[in-house]
Amino acid sequence: MSEPLVITGASVLGGEPRDLYVADGVLVDAAPAGARTIDAEGLVALPGLVDLHTHLREPGREDAETVLTGSRAAAVGGFTAVLAMANTSPVTDTAEAAERVLDLGRAAGLVDVQPVGAVTRGLEGHELAELGLMARSRARVRVFSDDGRCVHDPRVMRRALEYVRAFGGVVSQHSQDPDLAGPSACCHEGELSGRLGLPGWPGIAEETIVARDVMLARHTRSRLHVAHVSTAGSVEVLRWAKAQGIDVTAEVTPHHLLLTTDLVAGYDPVYKVNPPLRPDEDVHALREALADGTVDAVATDHAPHARHDKEHAFGDAAFGMLGLETALSVVSEVMVTSGAMGWADVARVMSQTPARIAGLEGHGGSLAVGSPAHLALVDPAAAVTVDRDASVSLSRNNPWHGRRLTGAVVATFLGGRPTVLDGALV
Amino acid sequence: MNKHLLSVDDVTPDDVATLFATAVEMHDVQHRSVKKLPALRGRTVVNLFFEDSTRTRSSFEIAGKWLSADVINVSAKGSSVSKGESLRDTVLTVAAMGVDGLVIRHMASGAAQQVSQWTDAVVVNAGDGTHEHPTQALLDAYTLTRRLGGLEGRHVAIVGDLTHSRVFRSNVALLTKLGARVTVVAPPTLMPAGVTAWSEAAGFATSYDLDAVLPTADAVMMLRVQRERMSGGFFPTAREYTVGYGLTRDRLGLLREGTPILHPGPMNRGLEIAADAADAAGSAVLDQVSAGVAVRMSVLYHLLAGEGSVA
Repeated sequence: MSEPLVITGASVLGGEPRDLYVADGVLVDAAPAGARTIDAEGLVALPGLVDLHTHLREPGREDAETVLTGSRAAAVGGFTAVLAMANTSPVTDTAEAAERVLDLGRAAGLVDVQPVGAVTRGLEGHELAELGLMARSRARVRVFSDDGRCVHDPRVMRRALEYVRAFGGVVSQHSQDPDLAGPSACCHEGELSGRLGLPGWPGIAEETIVARDVMLARHTRSRLHVAHVSTAGSVEVLRWAKAQGIDVTAEVTPHHLLLTTDLVAGYDPVYKVNPPLRPDEDVHALREALADGTVDAVATDHAPHARHDKEHAFGDAAFGMLGLETALSVVSEVMVTSGAMGWADVARVMSQTPARIAGLEGHGGSLAVGSPAHLALVDPAAAVTVDRDASVSLSRNNPWHGRRLTGAVVATFLGGRPTVLDGALV
Repeated sequence: MNKHLLSVDDVTPDDVATLFATAVEMHDVQHRSVKKLPALRGRTVVNLFFEDSTRTRSSFEIAGKWLSADVINVSAKGSSVSKGESLRDTVLTVAAMGVDGLVIRHMASGAAQQVSQWTDAVVVNAGDGTHEHPTQALLDAYTLTRRLGGLEGRHVAIVGDLTHSRVFRSNVALLTKLGARVTVVAPPTLMPAGVTAWSEAAGFATSYDLDAVLPTADAVMMLRVQRERMSGGFFPTAREYTVGYGLTRDRLGLLREGTPILHPGPMNRGLEIAADAADAAGSAVLDQVSAGVAVRMSVLYHLLAGEGSVA
């Protein structure tokens, strides 16, 4: 069991400094006997971060990441829970597969690994996967996603939205109409892709699916979650949908809050990601939407890839970039340092709301007495220069390498047990 | 001159003048009975082609051989992904054999630029996806310069499938750099994304109306249209394309007598270019092929020979 702790002088969710007490993995109201003292003066205490969107690659691509190494990266990033996407090999489309990921997460013991179930069998978009059996399994799957692919068939999407209502599930959609771009699309479609001769996805390929899905959600009275929103047009649709009372939530990735499409001008596949990096105006719309609540959460879309899968021509290289270790620093840099958000807002978008969307009990609290001691300590003033070789992930596809960011995770506690102290794994 | 030729951006107008001056000398070599210069003796040039191309590969091969380089053709057809080897590994493997120059053709845009970051060899882009084909643009500009006496202020129309054309991208950049006025003509579906902003920034014009452009053209460059674009819904039928954007016999009448007609080949006779146009007095198609060897000799010479005289 975890040893008793006194965390002194932490600014809880950015408020006045006070001490936090932990006994038996739970926050308590007085210093327990024999407690270890952790000096948190100058640090912000947040509820442990929750990532709605992580690719852990196990089973299938253990050379890129495993549940253990991905858990390490999550802990270093201040996370205490991650949702592991279903696009592994084999796909997480059965109760057994989901339980296996759950068990691997428990064995790693660094964060709560909550499996996401596939919406359709094999992510093929045709027949529903065994959604109910995954929900009833030990893994208690509540979030379903074919992420990496869009549930494109409107009939299948409608049925999935309806079906998961029986157990309070939610469909997390990778909104991207495959018919609105060629099969080789690999970046944002715009002036730059035209010049570079790279086939692109127009923003509209995302926006038409978001629009369709919010109407399906309205019709079915179901809950929809939009994964990695990337365009200003999608934000407009979401704003409208929320005003109508449609039950829709949305996430944005750290990279879509800061990185722009012009980075692909050098054809470096580290910047190849799906959905693609967009122009400045989209980035600004996403920041505004996150600050005003139109976009509910930040989710990493941490997508590790073996080095050789990125050492192809841009069009042939794998999609995705690392995100777990740097997410908090990016949000701090982009949203907090700019004054657009406070730390209580960061707690909302990186912990509380994601936990609520995912139905994760015990996570995403307010560090109230009696709740599990899942927490992260953040140094808001720390200036960090990202070094890809310092990553604990197995992969190195790190678009933040060399970038200077303000704000860093110093310590992470899972159920009162430190997983990270002084910025390093315990 | 930059170390590599990856894009038209790698050459200044002065570089182009130097390359063309040498190309004129090389052109003369083509008409000698003994077509061999010692300039690249002992140098090894590998034509690393991931995509089939008989004409470009042969042109580079002849250019290298006439300069006495050892030229090796490596066909690595198909993407490296499908073979399970990364592009970087393929390139490092070839380069490790001790190669001085790597002439690379790849179906993916940006491949030559990426390759140049992985090897010490001089890299010449022989066509990367739908991005660039800088030696094609150089040979086209060379051909036009010879035919028109210069490019400054000349009006060149580039017509066809712009979206999927590396020839267009390299040509529009080079011709505007050399002072020509360029109008690109295509149906809206074959215009690249963002072309309005691009054309304004780069200083070229766009048009959907070929008939309106031809009367003021000093030269016309027709681009190949692949029939499979029809299945992509870019245009309804070949017949309709030809009526709208083909250089038909009727349209020849809109051109001034002897206006140079260029085509990078291979031509779809009857689709984007009528036989009467391809074989017209003004047709520069075979001049382009011949200039291709001279220009590529010049490029290889300047990038690989180091200091010293040409012949």
